[in-house]
Amino acid sequence: MLTFIARRVLYTIPVMVASSFLCFVSVSYAGNPLAKLYASPILNPDIIPKIIHQNHLDVNIVERYFYWVQSLFTQKLGISLVTLQPLLPDFERTMGHTFQFVIIAETLAIILGVAVGIFSAIRQYSVFDYVFTSTSFVGFAMPTFWLALMLQLLFVYVWKWWHVRIFYTSGLNAVPGGPDWGLDRFQHLALPIITLLIISFAGYSRYMRASMLDVINSDYVRTARAKGVTERRVIMRHVFRNALIPITTFGALNVGALLGGAIITESIFQLDGMGQYFIIRLGNGDTYAVMAYLMITSVIIIAFNLIADITYGILDPRIRYE
Amino acid sequence: MSEPTASGGPIIAPVGAGSTEAEGLELKVRSQWSYARDRFLRHRMAIAGLVGLVVIFGAGALCNYIAAYPLGYVDLTNVEHGPTTFGHHFFGTDTTGADELTQVLYGIRTSLEVGVFVAVVSSVFGLLVGAFAGYYRGLIDNILMRITDLVLTLPALAILLAFSSLVGQRWPSLRGNLWVLSLILAGFFWTGIARIVRGVFLSLREKEYVEAAKASGAGDLRIMFRHILPNTLGPIVVNGTLAVGGAIITESALSFLGQGITTPNVSLGALVATAQSYPEAWWLTIFPGLTIVLIVLCVNFVGDGLRDALDPTQRRVRA
Repeated sequence: MLTFIARRVLYTIPVMVASSFLCFVSVSYAGNPLAKLYASPILNPDIIPKIIHQNHLDVNIVERYFYWVQSLFTQKLGISLVTLQPLLPDFERTMGHTFQFVIIAETLAIILGVAVGIFSAIRQYSVFDYVFTSTSFVGFAMPTFWLALMLQLLFVYVWKWWHVRIFYTSGLNAVPGGPDWGLDRFQHLALPIITLLIISFAGYSRYMRASMLDVINSDYVRTARAKGVTERRVIMRHVFRNALIPITTFGALNVGALLGGAIITESIFQLDGMGQYFIIRLGNGDTYAVMAYLMITSVIIIAFNLIADITYGILDPRIRYE
Repeated sequence: MSEPTASGGPIIAPVGAGSTEAEGLELKVRSQWSYARDRFLRHRMAIAGLVGLVVIFGAGALCNYIAAYPLGYVDLTNVEHGPTTFGHHFFGTDTTGADELTQVLYGIRTSLEVGVFVAVVSSVFGLLVGAFAGYYRGLIDNILMRITDLVLTLPALAILLAFSSLVGQRWPSLRGNLWVLSLILAGFFWTGIARIVRGVFLSLREKEYVEAAKASGAGDLRIMFRHILPNTLGPIVVNGTLAVGGAIITESALSFLGQGITTPNVSLGALVATAQSYPEAWWLTIFPGLTIVLIVLCVNFVGDGLRDALDPTQRRVRA
C-alpha cells in the first residue's frame, strides 16, 4: 500500500512541472505582461526598463520560468504587473469564499445524488426513477450560466412583485458584521449553492444509478441472493459498498475542479471568489495574476486527482497491483 | 447495401412469413450497419432527438431565408417588446429593437458550426493520437498518453478563457473569431477519443486478422487505417456526437463570459449575456438559453441512441 501511495505521489511531480511550464509558456507568449504598463498615463516611461529588468522579462523563457517559480514561493506568489502588489492576499481572501460555498454545495449534491441514485437503481423504471432520470438529463444539458440567471431572475421577480427578500441575487454581504451576519451570508450564498447543487446533483445521481445497476446485475450479487441473504443486506453490504467506488473518484475530480473557482457561478452572482477574480484579472490583462491562478487551480486539481487515485486504491485492492 | 426501403418499416427481416427472424428461411444479407440502424430506429428518444435536431439545426442553417428580419435590423417602434405575434416578434425584441427570434436563429447557426467543427477536428486528432499510441505501444504510447493525461488535469474552462482572451488581446483581428475559438476548443476535446481509440487498438493489434494482414505484407499504416480503424468507428461516432453537445455548451459559456464569439457573429451565449443587464425583459434570457438546452438535450439523446446502436459492448446506461 505504501509503495502504491509513494509511486502515485512521485508521479505527480513531473505532471506538476509540465503543467506549470505549459501554463507559463503559453500565457507569456499569448499575452504581453507589459501592455497595461505601457498604456498607463501616470507611469513614468523611464521606469519601465527597470521594471522589465526587475521582473526578469529580458531573459529567455526558460530562465524566466525558473524566476517565476521562485517568486511563487519567495514573493507571495509573485507581483502583479498591473497593480504592482503581491498576489497572495487576493488569493487568500477569494479562496476562502470559494471554498465556503463549493464545499457546502458539493457535500449536499453528493449526499442527495447518492441517495437518489440508489433509489432509482433499486426501483428501476418506477415513477421515481423516471422523474429523477429525466431531471438529471435536463440538468446535464443545461448551461450553468443559464440556470444561474434563471434563479436570479426568479428571485428578482419575487422581490419585485411581493417585496419579499428570500435570497440576495448578488454580492456576498449586505451587513458588515454583528448578529445578523450569518443569516445575511447565507442569504447571499444560497443561490450560488443551489446552482452548483443542481448541476452537480445531475451528474452524481446519474453516475451513482449507473454504477449501482452495474453491480446489481453482477454475478456475486446473484450468488448472495441465492444463498438467502435478505434483500436489504444485499443492497447495503454487497451492492452499495461496491457501487460507491467509482463515485468517490468522480466526486474527488469534480470537487477538485470546482475548488479552483466556479468561474461562471461566481461571476453571475458577483461572488468575490477565485473564479471571479480570475475573470476580472484576465480582462485587465494581468498575466501574472492569470498565471498564478492557473497554477493554483492546477495544483488543486492534481492534488484531488491524487486523492482520487489513492482512495480508489484503498477501496479496490485490485488496482494496487496493476 | 442498396437503398433503404421507402416505407421506413422493417428494412430487414424475413422475406418469408413470420414476424421473427428465426422463422424466416430466406434471409437478406445484412451488414453490421443495417443492424445498427435498426437498433437506432427502435430507440424512441433518439429518434425524437434526431427530429428535434433536424428541425433546430435546419432552421439555423437556413437562417438567412426564414428569419423575419435581416440581422442587424432594428424595429424602432417596438423596442424591448415582449413576445408577440405582431410583426412576427415571437421571441420579443431586445433593448435596441432587434428581433430576438432572428438573432436566436443566427445563434443556432453559430452553435451548429462550432459544434460540428469541434467534433470533427477533435475526433480526427484524437483518433490519430489514439491509433499511434495503441498500435506502436512502448515509448510512443507513453509519451502520447502522458500528454493526454496532462491535458486532462488542466483546469479546462480557465485555460480556454485565458487562451481566447489573450489571443484576442495580442491579435485583435482574431478576437471573437468563430474558427479560432473552435480550434482552441478542439484542442481540449480530443482526449476522450484518443483514450478510447487507443484501448481498441491495443486489443485489436493482437488479433489474428491483423497478423494475417502483416503476413501478407501490409504496411503499418495500411493495417492501422484499413484493418483496425473501421472497428473503432462506433465509439468514435458516439463520442463525436456527444462532443457536439459539449462544444456547444462550452462555446456558449465562453461567449457568455465575453471571451468567446463576438459581433458580427451571433452566439446564443452572448445573447444571454446581454440580457443579464435587463431582468425586466425576461424573454431575452429565457429564449436563447432554452434553445441551448434543447439543442444539447437532442444531441445527447441521439448520442445515447447511437451508443446503444453502434457500441453494443458498452453497457446500456440510460440517462
